[in-house]
Amino acid sequence: MHMADALVSPAVGGTLWAASAATIAYCSSRVRKNLDERKVPLMGVLGAFVFAVQMINFTIPATGSSGHLGGGLLLAILLGPAAAFLTIASVLTVQALFFADGGLLALGCNTINLGAFPAFIAYPLIYKKLLGCTPSQSRMVMAALIAAVVGLQFGSLGVVLQTLASGVSALPFNTFLLLMQPIHLAIGVVEGVVTALVVSFVYRARPEVLESVLQDKPLGELPVRSLIMTFLVAALLIGGGLSWFASENPDGLEWSIARITGSSQLPEESLLKHEKLAAIQEKTDLLPGYSLPAQTRKGNDAASTVSDERIGTSLAGIVGGTMTLVLCLLTGLLLKKRARDQRIRQDVGHNCQADDSYR
Amino acid sequence: MLAIDGSFLDFKQLDLLALRQTAVHRLDARAKVLTTFCFIICVVSFDRYEISAMLPFLVYPAVLMAVGDLPGSCILRKIVIVVPFALLIGIFNPVFDRQVIMQLGPIDIWGGWVSCASILIRSLLTTSVALILVAVTGFPAICEALEKLGMPKVFAVQLLFLYRYIFVLTDEGVRTARARQLRTFGKRGFGISQFGSMVGHLLLRTWDRAERIHMAMLARGFSGEFRTTRSQNRFGRKEVVFMGGWISLFILLRAYNAPKLLGSLITGTMP
Repeated sequence: MHMADALVSPAVGGTLWAASAATIAYCSSRVRKNLDERKVPLMGVLGAFVFAVQMINFTIPATGSSGHLGGGLLLAILLGPAAAFLTIASVLTVQALFFADGGLLALGCNTINLGAFPAFIAYPLIYKKLLGCTPSQSRMVMAALIAAVVGLQFGSLGVVLQTLASGVSALPFNTFLLLMQPIHLAIGVVEGVVTALVVSFVYRARPEVLESVLQDKPLGELPVRSLIMTFLVAALLIGGGLSWFASENPDGLEWSIARITGSSQLPEESLLKHEKLAAIQEKTDLLPGYSLPAQTRKGNDAASTVSDERIGTSLAGIVGGTMTLVLCLLTGLLLKKRARDQRIRQDVGHNCQADDSYR
Repeated sequence: MLAIDGSFLDFKQLDLLALRQTAVHRLDARAKVLTTFCFIICVVSFDRYEISAMLPFLVYPAVLMAVGDLPGSCILRKIVIVVPFALLIGIFNPVFDRQVIMQLGPIDIWGGWVSCASILIRSLLTTSVALILVAVTGFPAICEALEKLGMPKVFAVQLLFLYRYIFVLTDEGVRTARARQLRTFGKRGFGISQFGSMVGHLLLRTWDRAERIHMAMLARGFSGEFRTTRSQNRFGRKEVVFMGGWISLFILLRAYNAPKLLGSLITGTMP
């Protein structure tokens, strides 16, 4: 599934954006260096092909529900890892912009989850290894099936970890994992079967299409170490910078860690941190009357922190919020009316000019 | 008509909206892309129990839709399709987070409900600005802007290629699907094995098309980049005002909870 902007925190979104941007840069330079010029239009058109195929549904046997192709592994098999990653990333970008699938900040997460795992793990480490040097059709089917399942399992694990690290959702780690992995096992099997069907069809009809990719040089000298280093440095920089920026909300990760370990008590250290932050906040006093969420004061008297003052501020919040909404909408409507009047005036102007020219 | 025909038309509609000529449409794409990113980062950086402070951010999509003369129904319909996916995860919050953090008269409100509502609002805000960005800028202009901001050229070419051929290939896919539907008396299709060979044929046709395109491109002197007429836009005073104004507004709204201040002014609980 696609990760959504609404579930992601700036630190997680930014880190994965940096990671996917680095991977895109690496893949771009690789594609340009190899300069197989035939691949340039092929990548574009195959991306569009995946788009078109995603719109066509099929019935999944024995369930009656319908599914569609994800296409990550298929692209890797047809294009090789680097070109496939770029193609998947471009498809996801278009989806994020035109269908708001996922979202712009979550685009980095989605590119890694749906692009990097099929292209750099499922294809080279599983599909190619299982296929061996002498490809046969039955081997191809098995390899595609297993590779698709593994790729999707990694992808859904990515979604789980990113959601938890963001700390917007309250789902505990175990529950979320038990929810996501089986669903994606089923999706992976379907994806694998469909990929295998398409690949074996192509193998029968036009084997040279697949052989040209297989003869490509293997992914030998992938600079794993430098990639990981870039990843780490970017994570530290962005994570540090952004969590300082959003310092009222430092408890995303700690909170999810607390959930994972199953203890409702936050670790001592983070409590201390909260106190410090609270002190800083009181000093700067950006938000008069703002009290930290009850979660952070999880001492003995969590419930009793709900004081009258809190109710007062929440009432103020509701009244003010409603008014803000009304104001926003009114501004929009007023401006809209003006814009429409202007357009009508322009159209009328155009028509008058056209009439003049007829005369 | 097939359902996929419908979603395909939706796709085209957003593209057509980008052709309008309004003050927002004429701005340089870089300003709009960067402002949108700032907007999203500000919105998602809120605390997970925050609701009221996010509401004023609605002013950005509202103003852009108004000035850009975009039909609200079209954008709203697209948002309604996407929001349930985020809500699917958010709806678990009330199950696991039952701490009372707010009281409305006699009703206790759990933290889970508050954070679930917060996810809903985040989702509305972030999806609407993404769609509006395309509708007031257009995809080729966004690609150009991203390239100027440092995206690798190969990826920019890939995005433009993909965009160009989506329309061609979706057309072909829709025709194939319609032919299949006519032969199955309204059922969704024959199932997975026929889907395999159908898609396989589509793939082979696509492959041949790519080779024809490549030859045509070589005949016209393609050397690795698109030589299109670039837009004449430059980053002028209007862009600086647009970006500066909005981003400072976002930062202000991020720092101060405007609805709460307004509310306490009215209810008289101002400290």
